[in-house]
Amino acid sequence: MPAQQTSKAHEGTDAGRVVLDAGDISRALIRISHEILERNKGAEDLLLLGLHTRGVPLARRLADNIAQVEGTTVATGELDVTMYRDDLRSNPTRAPHRTQVPAGGIDGKTVVLVDDVLYSGRTIRAALDALSDLGRPAVVRLAVLVDRGHRELPIRADHVGKNLPTARSERVSLRLVETDGEDEVRIQ
Amino acid sequence: MNKHLLSIDDVSAGDIQEIFTTAAEMHDVQNRQVKKLPALRGRTVINLFFEDSTRTRSSFEIAGKWLSADVINLSAKGSSASKGESLRDTVLTVTAMGIDGLVVRHGASGAAEQISRWIDVPVINAGDGTHEHPTQALLDGYTLTRRLGTLEGKHVAIVGDLTHSRVFRSNVKSLTKLGATVTAVAPPTLMPAGVGDWSKAAGFATSYDLDEVLPQADAVMMLRVQRERMSGGFFPTAREYTVGYGLTRDRLAVLEPGTPILHPGPMNRGLEISADAADALDSLVLDQVSAGVAVRMSVLYHLLAGEETSA
Repeated sequence: MPAQQTSKAHEGTDAGRVVLDAGDISRALIRISHEILERNKGAEDLLLLGLHTRGVPLARRLADNIAQVEGTTVATGELDVTMYRDDLRSNPTRAPHRTQVPAGGIDGKTVVLVDDVLYSGRTIRAALDALSDLGRPAVVRLAVLVDRGHRELPIRADHVGKNLPTARSERVSLRLVETDGEDEVRIQ
Repeated sequence: MNKHLLSIDDVSAGDIQEIFTTAAEMHDVQNRQVKKLPALRGRTVINLFFEDSTRTRSSFEIAGKWLSADVINLSAKGSSASKGESLRDTVLTVTAMGIDGLVVRHGASGAAEQISRWIDVPVINAGDGTHEHPTQALLDGYTLTRRLGTLEGKHVAIVGDLTHSRVFRSNVKSLTKLGATVTAVAPPTLMPAGVGDWSKAAGFATSYDLDEVLPQADAVMMLRVQRERMSGGFFPTAREYTVGYGLTRDRLAVLEPGTPILHPGPMNRGLEISADAADALDSLVLDQVSAGVAVRMSVLYHLLAGEETSA
């Protein structure tokens, strides 16, 4: 994948600028939660599937928001696409993360893939392949916190937290409390 | 991780954990409707078996196929090896067809290592003589870890025909790497020569008395009496072996309840393991077989899927 946007703790000289702070992220997620509910006409048959690594906590946060609005719990899961990546051969192998879907499976569900940053679209391509091996959802949608453009495949998000025009040379660094101790999106 | 898996020496404790983590994910694939991952699509793996094998070969075959590799089985029977072709020529011929990985079982200790020097693709040792059988040890370690949570500080008794056992040699290395203490139990005639110095260097205990070891064991691994590798004289009668070293019904009662029982198979029921023990609730024999596929998928994935790692 072209330089994964998300970075571990980055304490370089060029810290970049903050484009989304904790409040912005929270508001964007609340809006996306409402959009998902509106689109799905409720929380029925909904499954929020987070893509590793940072899509997983995002999916849980969306589920929490939806639970507050609708008063029902929404199924969540996690999906690792390592085995389905098209650049598997150009990197050293690493152990895959957990893939976990609710016991009922994904057949007939409205699956919302949740990821942090949408860039080339290759991760989502891999996720769609992985999904088809897990079952047959009724509908698949895509929710991302940041869309930074530069797609290399015909893929589009249904729900976007923030459209962030970037140059390819720039790095988008997305940090979350669950994985990095704070909520923040920076451009470097 | 090293390019080849010839011995447990090729993997560090960290590598083993990585293999286990991946294997756990692979295990889930076994329960899916579509038992296929695309990780090795377009890659070809040859299983080159110069010795008989059912579970190891089929387990490697399934593992490769579930990762979408093309798997070809070659056995010495009916191959040109039986027409007098040398091992080197057989291996070079097979490799020249353009394969990406070679899984080898051979009756001679060190065969896999020798082969790895001749060719450029990853070689996985599926058992070489009485030397090592690393994937068996990894799947045993994986099965035990899943059952016991961790092997740190756990006491594993390995019992049986240790002289002829490659499973024993690989397991001593991998179990100690995982933090377990190992006691090797065998009759004096089936205890490997020079085990005294070896056990001191490798940090495992030895004993001739199974009844003394069993009550302290957190897990018991029974090994097969390998009659095909014996030219007689190791023990007077099968009955006598069973009385001294078999996991009989009486010995089963001595074990702490819940103590897992392992056997790499194939089992000689009534010789080293009684039917009661083999079919006991705590017997992990079938878990080992199922883990075998997951662990071999993991090994194939790590050795063949990524970019070429520098050995």
